[in-house]
Amino acid sequence: MSEFTLKIRRYDPESGEAPYWDQHTIDLEPHRSVLEGILQAKARFDGSIGIRCSCRAAICGSCGVRINGQPGLACHTHLDKALKGARDGVITVEPMGNMPIIKDLIVDMDAVHWKKVQRVTPWLLNKEPVPEREYVVPRESMIDVTQSMACIQCGACVSDCLSMEVDPDFIGPAALAKAYRFAGDPRDAQQYERVKDLAEDPHGIFDCTHCFKCIEACPKGVAPMNQIMRLRRIATGTHHISDRNNGERHESAFVSLVKGHGLLWEAELLPRSYGGDNFFGKFAPKAGLELVDSLPVIARGLLRRKVTPGKAMLPPRDVPKDARTQIKQIFDKVEGRAERRELNLYISGYDEDADGAEGQHAPEAGQPGISPEESPTR
Amino acid sequence: MPEHDVLIIGAGLAGQRAALAAAEAGATVAILSKVHPVRSHSVAAAGGINAAISLDDRWESHAYDTVKGSDFLGDQDAIEIMCREAPGEVLHLEHIGVTFHRNEKGELDLRAFGGASMKRTAYVADITGQAILHVLYEQLMKHHETVDRYEEWFTTSLIREESGDCVGCVARNIRTGDMETFRAKGTILAQGGAGQCFKPTTNALICTGDGIAQAYEIGAPLMDMEMIQYHPTTLVENGFLITEGARGEGAHLLNSEGERFMEKYAPNKMELASRDVVSRAGQTEINEGRGVGPDGAGIALDITVVPRKRVLEALREIVNIGKDFAGVDITREPILIRPGQHYIMGGVKTDVHGQVPGVPGLYAAGEVACVSVHGGNRLGANSLLDTLIFGRRSGEHAAARAKTITSPKVSSAHVKDDVARIDAIIARPRDGRRISEIKDELGTTMNRYVAVFRDEAGLAQAHETVRRLKEEARTAYIDDRGTVFNQDVLGAIELGYMLDTAEAIVVASLERKESRGAQFRTDFPERNDDEWLKHIDIHRNGEDVPEVSYSPVTITQWQPEERKY
Repeated sequence: MSEFTLKIRRYDPESGEAPYWDQHTIDLEPHRSVLEGILQAKARFDGSIGIRCSCRAAICGSCGVRINGQPGLACHTHLDKALKGARDGVITVEPMGNMPIIKDLIVDMDAVHWKKVQRVTPWLLNKEPVPEREYVVPRESMIDVTQSMACIQCGACVSDCLSMEVDPDFIGPAALAKAYRFAGDPRDAQQYERVKDLAEDPHGIFDCTHCFKCIEACPKGVAPMNQIMRLRRIATGTHHISDRNNGERHESAFVSLVKGHGLLWEAELLPRSYGGDNFFGKFAPKAGLELVDSLPVIARGLLRRKVTPGKAMLPPRDVPKDARTQIKQIFDKVEGRAERRELNLYISGYDEDADGAEGQHAPEAGQPGISPEESPTR
Repeated sequence: MPEHDVLIIGAGLAGQRAALAAAEAGATVAILSKVHPVRSHSVAAAGGINAAISLDDRWESHAYDTVKGSDFLGDQDAIEIMCREAPGEVLHLEHIGVTFHRNEKGELDLRAFGGASMKRTAYVADITGQAILHVLYEQLMKHHETVDRYEEWFTTSLIREESGDCVGCVARNIRTGDMETFRAKGTILAQGGAGQCFKPTTNALICTGDGIAQAYEIGAPLMDMEMIQYHPTTLVENGFLITEGARGEGAHLLNSEGERFMEKYAPNKMELASRDVVSRAGQTEINEGRGVGPDGAGIALDITVVPRKRVLEALREIVNIGKDFAGVDITREPILIRPGQHYIMGGVKTDVHGQVPGVPGLYAAGEVACVSVHGGNRLGANSLLDTLIFGRRSGEHAAARAKTITSPKVSSAHVKDDVARIDAIIARPRDGRRISEIKDELGTTMNRYVAVFRDEAGLAQAHETVRRLKEEARTAYIDDRGTVFNQDVLGAIELGYMLDTAEAIVVASLERKESRGAQFRTDFPERNDDEWLKHIDIHRNGEDVPEVSYSPVTITQWQPEERKY
């Protein structure tokens, strides 16, 4: 047994007072969870501490909180690991972000999370005719969507989504992962309609800024951002949807600039994203307007020496010719494939060959069989 | 006062399936749950769902395995219905979107499970319960216009009018503290089991026997309450479940001498004998000093014999549980397990339509109910099936019945009684015991005396303790005086539910003087069909002390025989 000090953010909506910190010392083995610590504080000292919890085993998704500022499940975070991330030896537990607080550690998930889930038509729209027996579908496709099916709706990714912080209307990582669960399901009849809807929505798939926060936060290896990127590739690569958010043009400009110059030519990216993916893109009226709109940003960039006029106006010159050729070859190979290949580590797990080398992979870096970029909360 | 044709309490698989079936049959439906539906404990069901879906399987084979698994205490008419309707139900789930694992041909893949004569368990990795629960919730969102959802509402009592009919319930909005009367032509209980009566248990903190105790309170009969399933493989560390799917995929059980000890107990089925058999074997090894680990308190579950790639693909969740909660990479070393409380075969007695005898308008489905399809011992992967088949049948029957009757009248006295009861709990002086202490003592007592092996003296001791705890619970105090999310006061009410349920379990275990299925009496170690091939029913007789009676077991085509695996 060891002693741990928990500092819990409390809020009583009936008191009329502001939130405050409440500190309790609990006694548990170090590999017990933060949730067990909170439950001990509740049982011994103060039964009024509010936290949703049920299964204790990271499957019901009730106990999403922030521990030392990081989102995760209280039941899925060991006390000793939490202590390592703590300041002054005190483990802080707060309610999740991006959602209104009801009481103590309990947030209003209906107002944010579930509302966003409703937004993505979260049920299967069957391909007709529905077969008499099961739909016969590729084995891999079912494992692929099972990755988003593994989402336990805990809200950890919603809590720390940076895009949602800026745009509260952003549909967000959890709901978009749910959307992929249908868009990627071969039994669903409306893949095109689904991705078109999410591409055209200004708060849809192109509102994600690719920050990886949700992948870090997810305790179940769902990798929501990866699902959002899959939705984008279905929208652009499969259905060639030219959306009004310029997502498709932006992606195509990005690709052709890197392919053509070996590096991103940043000054060309914005005009081409708006005006069309060619040299004359910047003369299109839409691009002009956007350029005028962006003048303050450009001015600040120049002032802070993030760019120089010369670098901005001319294509990147510091890529050696053979490197450029190799980059082009990569593009040719990938684009030359008859079908787009999706790398899904959720399906393939660890490479069995790499596996042969004992101790080669670090279990801490990712759960076995789950993409290594996913990292559990402890 | 909300009014509906069908009111469903509990939103796990049984409740949600009932709601969808009742709505489809044209009824107005409310589904009410003390947690958000996807937090329900069905989410933790790992291994899969049984159905004779393979072209070379027959439902009769599934039914026979279930009857044998039940140690011939299951009612065979109900078992036949469940097994016959299973393939259709699994296909229905597939059609509404459950991402069942496929074989190379793209058809449903099936895995082996305990007590089954062939592979017939459909699965989604080892998150089958979660996948089905979330897909049903998708359907509830789809049908939001016909199903009213009351999420985070806590039921405080069922309402039975003088006519004897159940006409709804009183519930508290956890978020606001508001109390409300729900009026309905039919009420379906679907609140799941009562694992929290035991410590440790694989069950979630919400599994507190609410439905069992509420039904018992208004005079409904409980049946087979002595039949408590101990799952063979729960983590020594903290009682978490390691799915039977692990053994289904080929994992071995080893004692301290490295023997696959199941050879002694079930030479044919080995690790895949029925759960009562495997749990008794494991507990015997531990009791006789051949346990593994600190104090020899465990058994080694060796999953390393299963190809690593297959484990990562099909047993992902327990790979995580091993790593997160026991610090063990199960693909590389054995993990320490032991038998632990997991499921209650007994519950509120129902017929094959979910109707509770003697209480018109009251239904029950899933773990809260006892049809009885599991009898003395439930087979793995039959519980999801039970919830869905009898959830649907209850929903359909309640919807049809609602068309034939008029809306009941409900007095407002009930809600006033419950408001007063809650106020009284909040006002208790701080001189009794803490709720958590009583709950702890209950769990430890039950796990000590009402476990894999039982005897008269231990059960009598358990009964005495439960009676004392009931007394102490009357004055147990709470800290929270508020209305918004006052989980403290709900905990006090749940404690009452647990104590009532525990007493019924103990009384029934004392009553059955033989060994059958999960009930093993060391003082009566043989099965005795002459005297005990019958169900034990428990009722409240108006007093506080449970009353016992018997009802016959329905036998259609399988006569009791010696049970060997």
